[in-house]
Amino acid sequence: MSIGWYLAVSAIVFALGAAGVMVRRNPLVVLLCLELMLNGANLALVAFSRMWGNGDGQIFALVVMTVAACEVCIGLGLIVAIHRRRLPIDVDELRELQG
Amino acid sequence: MSSILFFIAGFGAIAGAIGVVMLRDPFYAVLALVGHLLSLAVLFLLLRAEFVAAVQVVVYAGAVMVLYVFVVAYVGGREEPIGERLRGRGPAGAQLRLGAAILSGALLVELLIALLGTGLKAVSGDGASYTPGPKTFGTPAYIGQLLLTRFLLVFEAASLLLTIAAVGAVVLARRRGGIDDEDGNGDGDARRLVLTPLDLIRPPETGTMAEGVGSRK
Repeated sequence: MSIGWYLAVSAIVFALGAAGVMVRRNPLVVLLCLELMLNGANLALVAFSRMWGNGDGQIFALVVMTVAACEVCIGLGLIVAIHRRRLPIDVDELRELQG
Repeated sequence: MSSILFFIAGFGAIAGAIGVVMLRDPFYAVLALVGHLLSLAVLFLLLRAEFVAAVQVVVYAGAVMVLYVFVVAYVGGREEPIGERLRGRGPAGAQLRLGAAILSGALLVELLIALLGTGLKAVSGDGASYTPGPKTFGTPAYIGQLLLTRFLLVFEAASLLLTIAAVGAVVLARRRGGIDDEDGNGDGDARRLVLTPLDLIRPPETGTMAEGVGSRK
């Protein structure tokens, strides 16, 4: 398959993730959609890496995975902290970031 | 053969992504994301990124998704009807949601134009030449050599970032003020007036582990 097909799949996944981030209300699902966007970018990186026969894109993809793991770590910690304070788990109702 | 595998994995990835966005129950959304990640690992294998595919399955579909399942089970994700959401019952109106859908559609069109409409000849090709071997492109030996020579600084920065994230998660998700405070009987106030040398490095009510189990108030 030509590289263009992989890039098309990555664009579709990225756009779906962006739609999910904007439409969904549960912060857990928003985090999941963020993962979708990162994975779309990862697929494009690996496809470009294959295109040039160069490993730099794969290293970049691994770093993106590290950043995604950190983001999950902090995001889930925030959700657990919100749950502890018995606040609504809903991004529309959590409008203030003041403690 | 590889094109059949590509279409199966590509449809799996897109279906998983649609599932994440559309499914109401967060638990099923997590399961859809697991399917999406596994299909993406197949796509990585087709792109000769063996090590990245293995990391995708082990770290992403394994560890990170288990973390998600734990938090969904702990928080008890509320079901959210997406049709009602699009019709706009909530603080933000239906126009905003419709605008979001239009915006993401425009984003998709723009991305496709940027990626496929480019004049780059290599995009419509199969990529660089590839010969199988133990130390060729994409194998663990190749990636490891790159990480420890050319990208050593990136490697160390990633390890530092992971440490900061781990500390941040512990600080965020700790229990503040001990167990008793959740029930409202704050009987620890009198005893808190006695300061010990430990309070210099760990002030009271900062959610230390000792406070969490109630042994130090």
